[in-house]
Amino acid sequence: MVRELHIDEVTNAVAKLAEEAAFELPDDFLSALKRMQEQETSELGKHVIGQLLKNAELARTDRVPMCQDTGMAILFIDIGQDVHLTGGDLRTAIDEGVRRAYKEHYLRKSIYENPYKRDKNTGDNTPAIIHYDIVPGNKVKVLFAAKGGGSENMSTVKMMRPADGIEGVKKFVIDWVTQAGGNPCPPIVVGVCIGGNFELSALMAKKAVMRPVDDRHPDSEIAALEDELLELVNKTGVGPGGFGGTQTAAAVKVDVRPCHIATFPVAIAIQCNASRHKEIVL
Amino acid sequence: MSAIIQIAMGKTFKATPPLTAAKVSEYRAGDVVMLTGTIYTARDAAHKLIVKMIEDGGELPFELEGAVIYYVGPTPARPGRVIGSAGPTTSYRMDPYTPLLTESGVRMTVGKGSRGDEVRKVLKEHMAVYCAAIGGAAALISQQITAAEVIAFDELGAEAVRRLTVEEFPVVVVNDVEGNDLFEQGMSEYRRL
Ligand code: SF4
Repeated sequence: MVRELHIDEVTNAVAKLAEEAAFELPDDFLSALKRMQEQETSELGKHVIGQLLKNAELARTDRVPMCQDTGMAILFIDIGQDVHLTGGDLRTAIDEGVRRAYKEHYLRKSIYENPYKRDKNTGDNTPAIIHYDIVPGNKVKVLFAAKGGGSENMSTVKMMRPADGIEGVKKFVIDWVTQAGGNPCPPIVVGVCIGGNFELSALMAKKAVMRPVDDRHPDSEIAALEDELLELVNKTGVGPGGFGGTQTAAAVKVDVRPCHIATFPVAIAIQCNASRHKEIVL
Repeated sequence: MSAIIQIAMGKTFKATPPLTAAKVSEYRAGDVVMLTGTIYTARDAAHKLIVKMIEDGGELPFELEGAVIYYVGPTPARPGRVIGSAGPTTSYRMDPYTPLLTESGVRMTVGKGSRGDEVRKVLKEHMAVYCAAIGGAAALISQQITAAEVIAFDELGAEAVRRLTVEEFPVVVVNDVEGNDLFEQGMSEYRRL
């Protein structure tokens, strides 16, 4: 049945999610940090995770952003095909939610209007980056992520050769995480998309890091690949903060997509320890 | 924060900038330095402007000799607060500017992540060090900051140059004057591939 949804509800939801993301590290990532603190064998690595746990607690209780880079606003919006949005246009409504949260909660405005002139900040952290999907049903799912620059800079897409195979993918992930070192603020979550095409792989790798840290991939073969990649990533030695250790990543999340016979795209998206994504269904 | 003293792989030093070449040449990769006093913030945009001022012979926003530069773009301070969240940003982005600043007297830079070969070489030649703070621990670090004032490039917002007063701000020495690199040492110790 077709349902009407006023656009103000989207604005309010975005503002609320952006606020929560800045101050409240999600429980799944907190539990992962605690587990990693126990498993880490490097004393300095343990200490780094301990500080991050204290930091998360302080951010939650004192309402100070957990990280000074409060990110670019990324939204994944799943619109039920039986929803009729009323009262205005969606892009404006989403940006208004971002604007409100970043202003009211003293979050950092980190967006340059022009990427090569770099002379004018948009002043309100807009525009948001928005990915829309049309899905069955009459609900709207809003997933908000605050993405910092440090880990975004450590993300990549590689058009590999089909001959590189799955072993090539493993090597690519290991080399990439090693070279990223402490830059993306480990412990990290690594999102990998194998297949699709150039742009889909990047998008799906990004979306993969939004999965709950402790979930299992429904496909047992991919779940096993995730386990193997996590083990390999944690053998790089990067460790918490990049200071060396056994706990570099909390999880590796893999998405596998059909691809063209001539291509083998692989994307790696890195989520830093400020794992800020929140969702709501309207 | 003082817990870091017990876990330090090396020694723990207390330091109040400006720092001398003699002082920082005692620091080794893995040591902890507790900074108290005045440090300056600068990120990409401010570095670009400061380097241009040095090249043009203009007046600089702060004295570079002995200075400690912290790579940070804090969140805005809430009313009644000194500063917002203030953790380190990634240091390699400042690599193109660091040689000239080091030659001009900067003794310590603080950020996160590794530095390039050229920076490491310049640090060694000019007796300066690079240190890391914990990336992501921004709310916690802000508690060690007791005063903050924008002293240049106000129009840059988060990227403006600020004079910070810090109290016992713990940083870990990554690159010392002997050319050691804590990240390389740490990674090779735990690498199992
Ligand atoms: S990479 Fe993440 S944790 Fe590190 S500074 Fe950027 S936003 Fe913060």
